[in-house]
Amino acid sequence: MATRAETLGAVRPEQTGSGRRRLSLGWLGVAPFFLWAGLFLIAPAIALFFGAFQTEEGEFTGRFVSQLLDEPYRTGYIQSVKISIITAALGGLIGVFTAYAALSPAAPRRIRSALTTFSGVAANFGGVPLAFAFISTLGTVGLVTRWLDSIGLHLYDRGFTLFSFTGLCIVYLYFQIPLMVLVIAPAIDGLRAEWREAASNLGASSFEYWRRVGGPILLPSILGGMILLFGGSFAAYATAYALTSGHITFVPLQIGELIGGNVFSDPHQGYALAVGMIAVIAVAMTIYFLLDRRASRWRKGA
Amino acid sequence: MTRRLGLSGWFWLGLTTLYFLVPLAATAEFSLKEVDGYGFSSYRFILDDPQFRDTLWQSFQLSLLTVAISLAIFVPAVYWVNLRYPGIRRVVEFLSVLPFVVPPIVLIVGILYIYKASWLPEWVLGNPRYLVPGYVVLSFPFMYRSLDAAFRSIDVHTLTEAAQSLGAGWTTTLGRVILPNIRAGALSGAFLTLALVMGEFTMANIALFNTFPVYINYVGQTQSNPAAALTIISFGITWFAMIGILLLGRRPGRGAIQVGGAR
Repeated sequence: MATRAETLGAVRPEQTGSGRRRLSLGWLGVAPFFLWAGLFLIAPAIALFFGAFQTEEGEFTGRFVSQLLDEPYRTGYIQSVKISIITAALGGLIGVFTAYAALSPAAPRRIRSALTTFSGVAANFGGVPLAFAFISTLGTVGLVTRWLDSIGLHLYDRGFTLFSFTGLCIVYLYFQIPLMVLVIAPAIDGLRAEWREAASNLGASSFEYWRRVGGPILLPSILGGMILLFGGSFAAYATAYALTSGHITFVPLQIGELIGGNVFSDPHQGYALAVGMIAVIAVAMTIYFLLDRRASRWRKGA
Repeated sequence: MTRRLGLSGWFWLGLTTLYFLVPLAATAEFSLKEVDGYGFSSYRFILDDPQFRDTLWQSFQLSLLTVAISLAIFVPAVYWVNLRYPGIRRVVEFLSVLPFVVPPIVLIVGILYIYKASWLPEWVLGNPRYLVPGYVVLSFPFMYRSLDAAFRSIDVHTLTEAAQSLGAGWTTTLGRVILPNIRAGALSGAFLTLALVMGEFTMANIALFNTFPVYINYVGQTQSNPAAALTIISFGITWFAMIGILLLGRRPGRGAIQVGGAR
């Protein structure tokens, strides 16, 4: 005799007899994912945390973590955070202006699709080839360097070099700007023409619209996008490595030196540096999630 | 309401276009440069280098393996999350997006720390396929998002029930009913993963494996013109992958280009 619970259960097939068989198969479906994430994402991260507090002999030590605040690692973190903030802010702003121009109804449709396509390619094009692309452009004998020389502006005589902090900023912007275009495009598409019309019907100027309507709506998305850019350039290793052969003090390059190259170095110092990177990213992500919660308020129904 | 793009709009568009195109043009020029005049000698040099073919093939094999494993993990996982376990969606989503913010250098250092010589045999440690588990993790965000978008755009419940009421088992349902419907999303995730692995330098360099990007770096430290040629080839590979996704985008269950890439 069917009880009330079983009758209800019939509506939800996973609670019936045959459903129980499906349930176990279902767990088989998601199990490989959890297994893989556990073995190759979670476990390495947790192990690094323990490794940061251990000597090679397995004894507990706080030495490696406390040395994060000493040189040369302090400079490594400061330089890494600095380039990330600069390129995230600059790339973010240029990306927003570009995306807004290309996505506005006034722009020819072809521009819109060309920009999103190219942003997809450029955002995915990075690392070593990007470094060489810029050596061909702004290196000592690069195309733009030669052209500027020919009009009398000798970049390298004026102290500029591509293989410096400033040079790396210029290179990083190559993937930061398109990244921002891709990230911010949905938010800009979500700005409705009615809001602008309503504002101007109420007598608002363009500036007032941006100050009181458009700006506040876009701001959380813009800041959230910038934090993603921050994370991207904070993690970047390949471009800086190829451009400077590792001779610039960024945390990822310092980790690489400790783990791969130098036999006299202590890999556990590298684990501590890696944990420090996770900590910086965690702070950035916390800010991102807080902003994203705010931003999603406006996205409803858009 | 103005319907024309203002001066500042054109300014930003022009600036970004220049910023995108000039380095490419410069690289192309550099790759064609010879002692006197222009020619294809850099490309010939690269194509004649057995290392080029070996490393390109190596990276291609690694990317195929990564794509295969990633699809095998995510197609069932996303399917069941959409069909039966919406409750764990947030966990799956969180874990899938996590590699997006965990720097690859941190990931490979952690992997090298756990999976090391003290308990793993030499044939595991010395094989470039050692990189694949980490590459699959790097592909998580791309694969998850592409597939989840595809699964959301179809009615998983109705399709599954229809297939099963006609007597299909789970393998038939997945292989012959669900899979053809999410093919565009799966391919889009596959192309993104392909581009990712073909360009991945950090993990391979730290773990000391000679993949295609490691080879590009090696050439670049000594010969700049062939390096420019390799850069153009590498850009072509990224371009090919993105165009693949865009062509898929015209079909239902379309894939969208996503952010990411090897830096």
